[in-house]
Amino acid sequence: MSKLLSAIQQNREWVLQDWVQRLRQAVRRRDLISDRELESEASEIFSVIDSVPAGTTLEDFGSAGWQPLKEMLAALSISRATAGFTPSETAIFVLSLKPTLFALARQNWSKDANDLFVEVSVANDFVDKLALYTTDSYIHGRDQVIARQQEEMLELSTPVVTLWDGIVALPLIGTLDSARTQVVMESLLQAIVQTNSRFAIIDITGVPTVDTLVAQHLLKTITAARLMGAECIISGIRPQIAQTIVHLGINLEDVITKAKLSDAFRLALERSGRKVTRADKANGSVAAAPRGV
Amino acid sequence: MRTTGTVQKTETVPIQSSSDVVVVRQRVRAWTTDMKFSLVEQTKIITAASELGRNTLEHGGGGKMELSLVVNGARQGIQLCFSDQGPGIADIAQALKDGYSTGQGMGLGLSGSKRLMNEFEIDSKPGVGTSITAIRWK
Amino acid sequence: MERIPILRMGNYLLVTIQVDMHDKLALTLQDDLTNRITEVNAKGVLIDISSLEIVDSFIGRTLANIASMAKVLDAETVVVGMQPAVAITLVELGMSLPGIRTALNVESGMEYLRETVTGHEESDEDDGDSTED
Repeated sequence: MSKLLSAIQQNREWVLQDWVQRLRQAVRRRDLISDRELESEASEIFSVIDSVPAGTTLEDFGSAGWQPLKEMLAALSISRATAGFTPSETAIFVLSLKPTLFALARQNWSKDANDLFVEVSVANDFVDKLALYTTDSYIHGRDQVIARQQEEMLELSTPVVTLWDGIVALPLIGTLDSARTQVVMESLLQAIVQTNSRFAIIDITGVPTVDTLVAQHLLKTITAARLMGAECIISGIRPQIAQTIVHLGINLEDVITKAKLSDAFRLALERSGRKVTRADKANGSVAAAPRGV
Repeated sequence: MRTTGTVQKTETVPIQSSSDVVVVRQRVRAWTTDMKFSLVEQTKIITAASELGRNTLEHGGGGKMELSLVVNGARQGIQLCFSDQGPGIADIAQALKDGYSTGQGMGLGLSGSKRLMNEFEIDSKPGVGTSITAIRWK
Repeated sequence: MERIPILRMGNYLLVTIQVDMHDKLALTLQDDLTNRITEVNAKGVLIDISSLEIVDSFIGRTLANIASMAKVLDAETVVVGMQPAVAITLVELGMSLPGIRTALNVESGMEYLRETVTGHEESDEDDGDSTED
């Protein structure tokens, strides 16, 4: 069994100091973390290594004794990922413990080449495992950030707006993939219920291309809205998209389409028994109805 | 069925009458709520369970549903397995077609529930019975 | 035996489905409803499914059947209050229920029935030009 752990515990002052020294040289991100914070993090981690329960060995990183250290490294990597450190900057934090342990081994066992080799390779394995664990946790933290951002973007990209009492519109902008169309569909249907709208206008002026899958999703949305008792109108179909739709053989015959959002809005107003008229200025009345729509 | 994940816990619901199909729906609802599926996903899974439960009752003459939590790496899913000792399905490809029906339904039971789930497999031997396994991942 | 209550409001029948329906109950409703239509000479049927958490192919087919049967008996059917998740699932299942009239809630469903059922008798002019909702 390796004697390195007890050597670390006997020379704790020196080991910590040496490690912090190396950290200062290696991690040059003073914009993100101050020397003092770095030092306190190092000493926290070191104190966990220092105080592992008796019988825990450096060779067995999977044992329960190392659990507190793992938790601390995981928390550290996740906070690093969120703060904007790169993976290598995060890994170096742990890896810079390696030369310190090598130096310690050299001090203690330089007389016997065999002993020295054993201890150095134990230190090597141990620090590598720490670094791998840190990197894994870092990636996990990064994944969480990405997932959260994706969710936020999806929410941002589905603004359902009320045009009039009982008429909602969904202006779509950007490429529609399957996942996004699904979210769009759900939030539109939800908005129909919430605002009690009989008419929903889906405006695709800002959509560059429509493929079969997206068209199918749109058709499904329209059918689902109809099942709920609302009518959908698609507006803003661009010439290229009209061509694609016909070439792909997508059947939009049962769907009401209008060239412009304003045409769709006018149709929805008409169907709900409203008429837009220009207020007569000679009578001095204020234009109450929206003009030019 | 090829193993697509490890099974963590299971529950069995017998299907002998049309009110058992209601129990099937209620148990699937409880499971999907616990597993924090979204409302739309829950509705899809419960509807598929309802279709398959009715299929087990009407074509298989009754049987059971086995609910399981399956884990594959970081993914979690719910697995529904319906089995019966009925006459079996002679032509599975035909049974999976939209509009194909032997009973009173619209012929959307199997094909429709396949669309509502992520994985779907039918294992059937004429005269021995049928087992249908469907998974929806989170 | 368990039954779904059918309310009568003038010329209309109103059904609110609130239970998790098993198949036999759905068939009983179909029988009861067609009987009631002839009994009271109903002109319209409104089925509120806003508390239904799922509609599978059987319930969907029952609703379609009720609508067709009512039509034969000279009554309009309107299904109201389908939840978004239910509608999405039904479409995915492959059912678009083309023969069924729908409305967002009981209020707009009743409005629709009033327009289509009594519209011919009451209004002697064409569709109103007012901005009334």
